[in-house]
Amino acid sequence: MTKKEIFIVSAFRENSVWRQILGICSSLAVTNLMMNSLIMGLGVTFSVAFSSLTISAIREYTPRSVRMMVQTLIIAAYVIVVDIFLKANMPAISKQLGPYVGLIITNCILMGRAEGFAAQNKPLDSFIDGIGSGIGYTLVLLAIAVVRELFGFGSLFGIPILGDWWIRWSIMVMAPSAFFLLAILIWIINTKYYKVKA
Amino acid sequence: MSISAFVLFWAAIFTSNILLTNFLGMCSYLSVSREVESSFGLGVAVIFVLTVTAGLNWVAHHYILVPLNIVYLEYIVFIIVIAAFVQLLELIIERYVPALYYTLGIFLPLITVNCAIFGVSLFLVIRNYNFLQSIAFGAGSGIGWLLAILMLAGIRAKLKEKLVPVGLQGAGISLIITGIMALGFVGFSGIVSVQ
Repeated sequence: MTKKEIFIVSAFRENSVWRQILGICSSLAVTNLMMNSLIMGLGVTFSVAFSSLTISAIREYTPRSVRMMVQTLIIAAYVIVVDIFLKANMPAISKQLGPYVGLIITNCILMGRAEGFAAQNKPLDSFIDGIGSGIGYTLVLLAIAVVRELFGFGSLFGIPILGDWWIRWSIMVMAPSAFFLLAILIWIINTKYYKVKA
Repeated sequence: MSISAFVLFWAAIFTSNILLTNFLGMCSYLSVSREVESSFGLGVAVIFVLTVTAGLNWVAHHYILVPLNIVYLEYIVFIIVIAAFVQLLELIIERYVPALYYTLGIFLPLITVNCAIFGVSLFLVIRNYNFLQSIAFGAGSGIGWLLAILMLAGIRAKLKEKLVPVGLQGAGISLIITGIMALGFVGFSGIVSVQ
């Protein structure tokens, strides 16, 4: 596969969220605002890309028996970098995201890419695969956040879009809407792009 | 934080259910909920591990990380504590209670990567709970998680004979059911609030 194909496959065709239902644990909670979703998505992209690169680079020197533990620690190290960066540069957003930055460690996508791709492929390919899955993940978060923030707060990225006449849908701010929106997104993608038939 | 441990316990089950309001533990929730029996087994294991690791991580945070001034290593320490505890538990159960090992043991490795366990440990640090509150929060969250997965498993068992739109089968319909359950739990939210 060429580098471009690796990217397209991991970002769209085999997108972790809608194809494998991975990684929704740690992030549905941040989809009530566009900004939080974007930062969270970028944090995941950074962590998954660099942990895939590192895991792939040392894959031949890692004993099989401690493989999982090594992978987890590498992932944790990069997530700590993201956390410290956010605390230093964007304290307000870091506070809003709260525990969810740390929860990137247990995001199934990271472990999934490490086991499924980085453990068998070259470092550069793994890096591109990581960026691809991170971007695909960010797109899903943003797709949900657009609807939630627009209807829930009448704004996008904190900029008011709908005027004062708009009556805010408080359901969009609450947890249940995230479940419904993700289900609808999966439904649309399954029927439109994968042509799932009875 | 003047909220009593007893109130926190009930709040963790109903008003701020770890799964239905904080979205934690979704992966194993969606994949294991096909059968009621295995859901119950996993749920019981989660309750036990959550309660103990909440206590252990509280101790680790307040007596190791803060005095040594290495709070930035919090994530790594928490992950290691959880993984080590689960591993130890697996060994003990296998050695002394083989019968239990065959019903519960297969779920233990799943628990290490369950976001709910790690999430509870992070919550109790951020919200500054004391030891008793942490244990109550851990146990309550575990019971809340068991409640959610049991409900979903029960509904999915009934759903097997029903017609579901093709594109929604599997994860899609489970998410919609979860959304409806979450709506129901929003009804509890006026009773007490923990933030």
